[in-house]
Amino acid sequence: MSPSSAIPASVDATVDLLEHENYVADRRLATAVFLALKLERPLFLEGEAGVGKTEIAKVLAAGLARRLVRLQCYEGLDTAAAVYEWNYPRQMVEIRLAEAAGGVERSELAHDIFTTRFLLRRPLLQALAPEDGVPPVLLIDELDRADEPFEAYLLEVLSDYQVTIPELGTIRAATPPIVVITSNRTREIHDAIKRRCLYHWVDYPDAARELAIVRRKCPAASESLAREVVGFTQRLRALDLFKAPGIAETLDWAEALVALDRMSLDPQTIADTLGALLKYQDDIGAVTPEVTARILREMEAQAGA
Amino acid sequence: MSMNAAAASFAAAPRGRLADNVLHFVRVLRTAGLPVGPAKVLDALAAIEAVGVDNRSDFREALAAVLVSRHEHLPIFEQAFDLFWRNPRLLEKMMIALLPKVHGRTAEETEELPARLAQAMLPAPAPRPEAQPEETDLDATFSFSAREVLQKKDFATMSVEELAEVKAMLRRIKLPLPQRPVRRTAPAPRGRAVDMRATLRRSIGAGGALAPLRYRARRRRTPPLVVLCDISGSMDRYARMLLHFLHAITNDRHRVHVLTFGTRLTNITRHLRHRDVDVALARVADAVEDWAGGTRIGHCLTEFNRKWSRRLLGQNAIVLLISDGLDADAGDGLAFEAERLAKSCARLVWLNPLLRYAGFEARPAGIRAILPYVDDFLPVHNLESLTDLSRALAHARPRAEPAATLLH
Repeated sequence: MSPSSAIPASVDATVDLLEHENYVADRRLATAVFLALKLERPLFLEGEAGVGKTEIAKVLAAGLARRLVRLQCYEGLDTAAAVYEWNYPRQMVEIRLAEAAGGVERSELAHDIFTTRFLLRRPLLQALAPEDGVPPVLLIDELDRADEPFEAYLLEVLSDYQVTIPELGTIRAATPPIVVITSNRTREIHDAIKRRCLYHWVDYPDAARELAIVRRKCPAASESLAREVVGFTQRLRALDLFKAPGIAETLDWAEALVALDRMSLDPQTIADTLGALLKYQDDIGAVTPEVTARILREMEAQAGA
Repeated sequence: MSMNAAAASFAAAPRGRLADNVLHFVRVLRTAGLPVGPAKVLDALAAIEAVGVDNRSDFREALAAVLVSRHEHLPIFEQAFDLFWRNPRLLEKMMIALLPKVHGRTAEETEELPARLAQAMLPAPAPRPEAQPEETDLDATFSFSAREVLQKKDFATMSVEELAEVKAMLRRIKLPLPQRPVRRTAPAPRGRAVDMRATLRRSIGAGGALAPLRYRARRRRTPPLVVLCDISGSMDRYARMLLHFLHAITNDRHRVHVLTFGTRLTNITRHLRHRDVDVALARVADAVEDWAGGTRIGHCLTEFNRKWSRRLLGQNAIVLLISDGLDADAGDGLAFEAERLAKSCARLVWLNPLLRYAGFEARPAGIRAILPYVDDFLPVHNLESLTDLSRALAHARPRAEPAATLLH
């Protein structure tokens, strides 16, 4: 099956599309994705770090044969970095040339200087007015890192799919891009943004789905190793940790174990490689050899049962 | 009714019926406290049309994607969905049965509000009810509970006028936080960075000849303020007064978050946001369940660090910890959590009413555990100390030596 740019016709087709791009989604997520595509609404994905929020946008871009335009948010993100900026050096050269040639009216010069020729297009503008005419997938990543003024600016973009450049006028998307917004919830995003979006909370996967993900993304790991890795991680999430490991960490860990040629888990290996799974010293400290041993015993008991 | 039967029943129903049911369902969610506006009904219908009604779980997820916008609301939605789409009548009955219990206070409020409004209107062009001399009477019916006000607490021994006056003054205290530079810039004559856009505009105006450079500088903004207020028995009378103060600062500025703790942690920011102090405090009273009980500071700080710190303590947040530090858990694990809290915020200010005693010594284990990690250790027992607090915050230096000197 070759990727086609047509949007899927049903929830099942969406599941297939994601699956084809190696994204194992639960039906809940697929429904939200399908609706976002069908209703042309932005998809707002919230969840802990490392549960595969950003990946959705990448997968959609690949599956629908669209370009991925990514806007990484940070505090102080402004229009110059997010939407457009004038190419000042070129404008200055142009002014000098006009002067050298002589006989140019001032008003005309101003008119010539502020044209699309001198416009540097940043992600939002690229997404609204794509050069190839195909609406891309616009990923607004980690919106919670941006500050409130940028959020307010986004409202115009997301409700009317247009931006206003004072010197040029309003630029409106012929066909709206597919918008995916992610947030790690380091702060609450304003309700006004959320109201324009379809909301989905991306949760940690259950054991079966996580196993499917590990098998797909880390084929080098044997079936039994993958099963153990997933079992251990799932139990780790049940502990009272400051930051529970996400799917990204599970995959890192599986790959680390493969790189070390481990075929199964043992306490020493776990102690040596725990850094791939847990990123806080307190959490690593909390997973003592006794805890590891207990979890391994539980897993054995369950496997035997 | 089985899943499929339910699905079939609304599949068979004409579109109008379904629309009615969705409308009804949205109303139910709204009653349950979800912020779903009328526009959501149309969105929900469009979503249902897109996924169809053949598969109950798709139908449900479609509604969830449109109607839920917060993770916390998902369980409410799910329960409501299960009840409603099984048998809408059943849910209605349940809501009626539950309403007086769950929303007891709200019902009271709606009944009492007109009375209050009437009172406010009585002397024809009356200003706000707070300005009325009857203020204290009204206050009694609206404070945390009439019974508790009747108990002769310490501040209740002040005369009625004094009390009203102090509350009014509390409401007027402003908390000037030091402004910190943010990463956003604004035009500034003495800025560091050249504003190319403005410069170029000028230069064209001057015909491309020499034009003065324009500059931009970092904007400055007050950091977020997070208040952790102890409402346990030993803090009771201070907490009650301080809530007036907290209500004032919550409504005075953006980015103030207030959480109360006793045996459990409650975020009361939303409740305090109501402009009217009486309504706001009544809502707080509804939300807080551990009023005037024991204290488990360590437990509550742990919960704050786990659940809230990453969401609230961005952008150089200042934390006000209001507590006497008397902990039922005798400081177990408290030092660890206090350290984590101090490290996650720009400044940790501890307001402790016990400091009013001249001979205060940091004896209790809870106090000894927290003290090494706080930046400021200030009293909070009267109006003067609150004024001092605003002065201390306004002149807050970057993180200084902690206030650990009291430990020696």
